Amino acid sequence: MIELKNKSLISITDYSKEEILHVLDIAEDFEKNHRQRLLDNHVIASLFFEPSTRTRLSFESAVQYLGGSIIGFANADTSSVRKGESLKDTILTVSNYSDLIIMRNPLDGSARFASEVSPVPIINAGDGANQHPTQCLLDLYSIRKTQGSLENIHIALVGDLKYGRTVHSLVQALSLFNATFHLVSPESLKLPSAVKRWIKDAGLEYHQYTELTDVIPFSDIIYMTRIQGERFPDPVEYEKVKNSYILENKMLSASKENLRILHPLPRVNEISEDVDNNPKAYYFQQAKNGVYVRQALIAAILGLKD
Amino acid sequence: MNNKRTELQVSAIKNGTVIDHIASENTFRVFQILNLEHIKEQVYLGTNLESKKLGKKGIIKISGKFFDPEEINKIALVAPHATLIEIKDYEVTKKEKINLPESIDKIVKCMNPKCVTNNQDVPTKFKLITDHHGKTKLSCHYCEKTMAQEDIWFL
Repeated sequence: MIELKNKSLISITDYSKEEILHVLDIAEDFEKNHRQRLLDNHVIASLFFEPSTRTRLSFESAVQYLGGSIIGFANADTSSVRKGESLKDTILTVSNYSDLIIMRNPLDGSARFASEVSPVPIINAGDGANQHPTQCLLDLYSIRKTQGSLENIHIALVGDLKYGRTVHSLVQALSLFNATFHLVSPESLKLPSAVKRWIKDAGLEYHQYTELTDVIPFSDIIYMTRIQGERFPDPVEYEKVKNSYILENKMLSASKENLRILHPLPRVNEISEDVDNNPKAYYFQQAKNGVYVRQALIAAILGLKD
Repeated sequence: MNNKRTELQVSAIKNGTVIDHIASENTFRVFQILNLEHIKEQVYLGTNLESKKLGKKGIIKISGKFFDPEEINKIALVAPHATLIEIKDYEVTKKEKINLPESIDKIVKCMNPKCVTNNQDVPTKFKLITDHHGKTKLSCHYCEKTMAQEDIWFL
């Protein structure tokens, strides 16, 4: 019996393989019918200390489809943080008004700290450059749905493998499922050695490339990422690499039938718009899956769905 | 016989603690992190002394001072091979090799400026891990960044 009731999700490694699969199974049920009013008379707090469109709207949509009410803020400027309130005080106060707190905060480790002071469970919707575990869950859901299983996938991770937190979490999670990793990045944005260590420790293989075209013929999943200017300490370095990898439709002609293209979005120019109509493009469906996965997680943590 | 020669190089103390088997290059760092420059009692410091185990070693003898577990953890981080010897009335009353604890709480600063511990009133907490070269590293419980022992800053 897998029990996620009151179990905060801060980092993807907080959940076991079985717990991850359990959330994905519940999400499948929500995909069949996402209007399930399980959250009647529940209040969910959505505390976004820094702006986010996709993640916040996806969470809020998940809560609303479940029939719950949302309180909170979309920007720290409209909260008491501006008056100098500590994170601890904000969390303790808001936990008096809600059953669960969804939080995004620019400080690394803020979600872990919040979960230690909060009497209600916390879902980390992104803590700075550290973790974004619900993105990881929706990525896993999308891979399982398009490939039939999470086991033995050949995944190409492309672009910013150094600073991209979604990539790091996905590597950690897929290391539970016997994946083979094909790492495509410029020299300056290679996967950090600590993350490669995860792969090795799991007894799995990774291969490094600098050309995107090298991995297209054999990949089951190509996971594109945006090279994020805001993460670069040096703007000159960013200019050098920002247009390194652009996926175009014509490049996909030699790809496997089951290949699907994923991207955590927003994209800038790394996937050309002519890919959008290719049946192998899956990134918008992937974003939609985020709602089902977040519904599943909220319902499981509140003990409303087994 | 070597041990005896070392003892002669640095005077004996009546009561207090000897920190022995410090890697020579870390001797002054141990002195610094324990704030020994502010101590009123006698302190003897020797470095580049002969050592069978380390080649060259450092030794610090502090009169009238016995360390608490938090201070011992600090020593362990800088001088993981050190031996701690407590002396009472010129006799050795306790001698033990320092052990690295599993976690380091409240004494080390996280090197990540964006870590919650550097921006809110949150006590630091680190797990000790060993990397694939066998080197000990500190992994922040909050921001999950790891840092090498040479990057440690004490609070």
